Amino acid sequence: MSIVTVQLGQCGNQIGHEVFNTLCSDICGTHGLCSKKENESYHDSCKERFFCEEESGVPVARAVLVDMEPKVISQTLSMAARSGHWKYNSQAHFCQKQGSGNNWANGYSVHGPRHKEAIMNLVQKEAEKCDRLGGFFTIMSMAGGTGSGLGAFVTQCLRDAFPTSFILNHVIWPYGTGEVIVQNYNSVLTLSHLYQSSDALLVHENDVIHKICAQLMNIKQISFRDVNQVIAHQLGSVFQPAHTAGGGSGYSRNPLGDLMEALVPHPEFKMLGLRNIPQMPENSLAYSTFSWPGLIKHLRQMLIANAKMEEGIDWQVRPPHPPMPSTNKPLHFNTSIANLVILRGKDVHAVDLGSFQDPSLYTSWLNPQDAFNAWKTPRAFNKYEKSAALVSNSQFLLKPLDSIVGKAWNMFASKAYIHQYTKFGIQEEDFLDCFTTLEQVISSYTNL
Amino acid sequence: MTQSVVVQVGQCGNQVGCRFWDLALREHAAVNKKGIYDEALSSFFRNVDTRSGDNGPDIYKGKICSLKARALLIDMEEGVVNEILQGPLRDVFDSKQLITDVSGSGNNWAVGHKIYGYQYRENIVEKLRKTAEHCDCLQCFFIIHSMGGGTGSGLGTFVLNLLEEEFPEVYRFVTSVYPSGEDDVITSPYNSVLAMKELNDHADCVLPIENESLFEIVNKIHQMINAGKLGSTVKHNSLVTSSAGSAKTLQEKPFDAMNNIVANLLLNLTSSARFEGSLNMDLNEISMNLVPFPRLHYLVSSLTPLYTLADVNVPSRRLDQMFSDAFSRDHQLIQADPKHSLYLACALLVRGNVQVSDLRRNIERLKPSLHFVSWNQEGWKTGLCSVPPVGHSHSLLALANNTCVKPTFIELKDRFMKLYKKKAHLHHYLQIDGMEQSCFSEAISSLSDLIEEYSELDATKGVPRIDPSRLKIVV
Repeated sequence: MSIVTVQLGQCGNQIGHEVFNTLCSDICGTHGLCSKKENESYHDSCKERFFCEEESGVPVARAVLVDMEPKVISQTLSMAARSGHWKYNSQAHFCQKQGSGNNWANGYSVHGPRHKEAIMNLVQKEAEKCDRLGGFFTIMSMAGGTGSGLGAFVTQCLRDAFPTSFILNHVIWPYGTGEVIVQNYNSVLTLSHLYQSSDALLVHENDVIHKICAQLMNIKQISFRDVNQVIAHQLGSVFQPAHTAGGGSGYSRNPLGDLMEALVPHPEFKMLGLRNIPQMPENSLAYSTFSWPGLIKHLRQMLIANAKMEEGIDWQVRPPHPPMPSTNKPLHFNTSIANLVILRGKDVHAVDLGSFQDPSLYTSWLNPQDAFNAWKTPRAFNKYEKSAALVSNSQFLLKPLDSIVGKAWNMFASKAYIHQYTKFGIQEEDFLDCFTTLEQVISSYTNL
Repeated sequence: MTQSVVVQVGQCGNQVGCRFWDLALREHAAVNKKGIYDEALSSFFRNVDTRSGDNGPDIYKGKICSLKARALLIDMEEGVVNEILQGPLRDVFDSKQLITDVSGSGNNWAVGHKIYGYQYRENIVEKLRKTAEHCDCLQCFFIIHSMGGGTGSGLGTFVLNLLEEEFPEVYRFVTSVYPSGEDDVITSPYNSVLAMKELNDHADCVLPIENESLFEIVNKIHQMINAGKLGSTVKHNSLVTSSAGSAKTLQEKPFDAMNNIVANLLLNLTSSARFEGSLNMDLNEISMNLVPFPRLHYLVSSLTPLYTLADVNVPSRRLDQMFSDAFSRDHQLIQADPKHSLYLACALLVRGNVQVSDLRRNIERLKPSLHFVSWNQEGWKTGLCSVPPVGHSHSLLALANNTCVKPTFIELKDRFMKLYKKKAHLHHYLQIDGMEQSCFSEAISSLSDLIEEYSELDATKGVPRIDPSRLKIVV
């Protein structure tokens, strides 16, 4: 099955480009470390998911690029074309002349309805090119105006036009400070709207990725490109082909569906976080060896202690024994609803994942057997001989979500900036509805 | 890509505008080496085929033929505009983009606003429409004027009202040069306060500039050059000190250096809308992020580098110095100290080889020394434009919505009241049709209200913060 990617706004388009770059360089690389047959089927499966073949032989990304101003899209298109390894469909982009100006209401209430037809036509065309459509993957930030506002609108349109397709929204969580002043308003509006129409939200926090660039990747002067490459690597580690547990010998044909089935058992809980291990500069890889038990032990502790990366994990955090109700769980313990571990590389079939099946990791109302899944492939990913990714539906995002809602609420209480939104038809009551939705989400995750 | 139109009104507005167009051309010449008319150029310039005269068709692609400024030049005297038309920039201005008169406004806001305003209304609207028709997507008008005189302040604010009526969707950014305390125009407090009411009601953003601050900055640069202390690091033809291309090239005019600073402010403000970068900051994002309440739209600006103009390969320490400088008193374009007042919001527009980690490091470093209003503790907006200004490796424009503008307004109010209590010079205004006593009382109460709004915010500074209680969810 194929996935149609929709890149929205400056952030979405820049990240989307890095994602396709990563996918493409991974399947073209010679680092597979597996049988020729395995490698071929991995290659074909990735192609089916994310690229269509043109007569010229250059893979064309199954993507629609949307922005309200032209600079980023033209840059993105030409960078991809220059790479020579893949490109975008020259027809599958839509841009306007004037951006949304960091105003969610402008993106959602003005640009959205005005350009709905043109954008959805592009999406429709891209969907028709797929032999079987597996769903949509949108990439957007929640801080600005286009990615967030138009992104929320387009997600609704996708839901209406493709009621049975899966929609996964990849959302970039802004830096705590210093990007956009109205980012907390924009984020609250985006998240609450996506919560209605999306199947799941896969979140990357800029602050976390920035830290990974500094501490794990050893980059001194960090650019957005560096940040986006780490994000692309993490996404690739999830979306490149892998074998599901009961999926027989072939690669999973329904990556989005399998992901939702594994991770979203209840519509009230659809916030997904992503962690991976190991992560290091390419030139250090050659001097490093990893053992699966070590990687798994780290990854599990990252999960339960809610560590954002391999460094600085709090090893004191332990799951409660026996499992107990949420009210008296030990502090800092991160309770999960569901987890998915994806292993890639050497000897994956011998890896013991029993530690992730411990019932005390999970909320009490779900059967622990259903709460954990593992996907595996012997094909190494992106030059890492062994690597593991963890996608988790857990309390991972509770703190950042609570913080964003709190900051937005403070601002809302003073009525600051509200006039900028009412100008485009988003009223105070709309804000209140969004706050209510998110307080509900916070409360649900808190009481796991 | 969007376009902007500059409306320069009065002597000061036209002199600043002249410096702006000169520096804008140089900036694009430095970036655009192939001589192709590109999108960046199109934001301020039309490309016109002038072989068949000034009125040739616009050329949208290909080689640069003849660049015409998207500008409207208005003055009620002829002197400055004529000088421009005889100078090296003459070909940049279309003869149809000029409106002049001979007799001036006599430093009287009412003459500019009420007499010339109504007399030239049709003419101005028609010319504005013409310039707008040449734009593919007109985003912003920049008005450049001074507050103290008659034409800039009176007619300038009249044009501001016209723009709101005729182009309600297009942003209105106003660069206003405020007179200094020792201004030789006696009626300047009247003119400024009358103009302030219009700015309060009709502008999206105002960038206040004080003559005194420009003067001090230029003086310091001259001292440095003369003392030879930093002589080696000050470029003689730098963006601030150069006057080439201005009306008279032979002798440097005293105001050129000051006007260059304002011109640089506008270039940096629009850089991210013109050139690419890893974090774009379009003009519409400026008011969205920096204006929390409609009337509080006065943005205090500071530019760095200002004094040491020859940084070529800048090590990290100097880069950090640039960020520190932007918050120091002597880099502000008005007489104000934002560090000791209250920030409502702050934007950093960075150009050149600066990455997001540099931005983050400096925000973290500076934040503890600054006071932000309780509901906007993280009130930072940032932009990264990859094209630096000519001759620099990087630059920073900081825009602050900060209560430090208040003293400037209070001083203006005091000077106004001194005259107004004695009814001095009032008859010059009241004899003009449409000018009534109520114009004065409304103007001063508008200014007082504005000062009061800033004071109320100031009063929250240092008060322990109590977060409003959140919505409760029933489980």
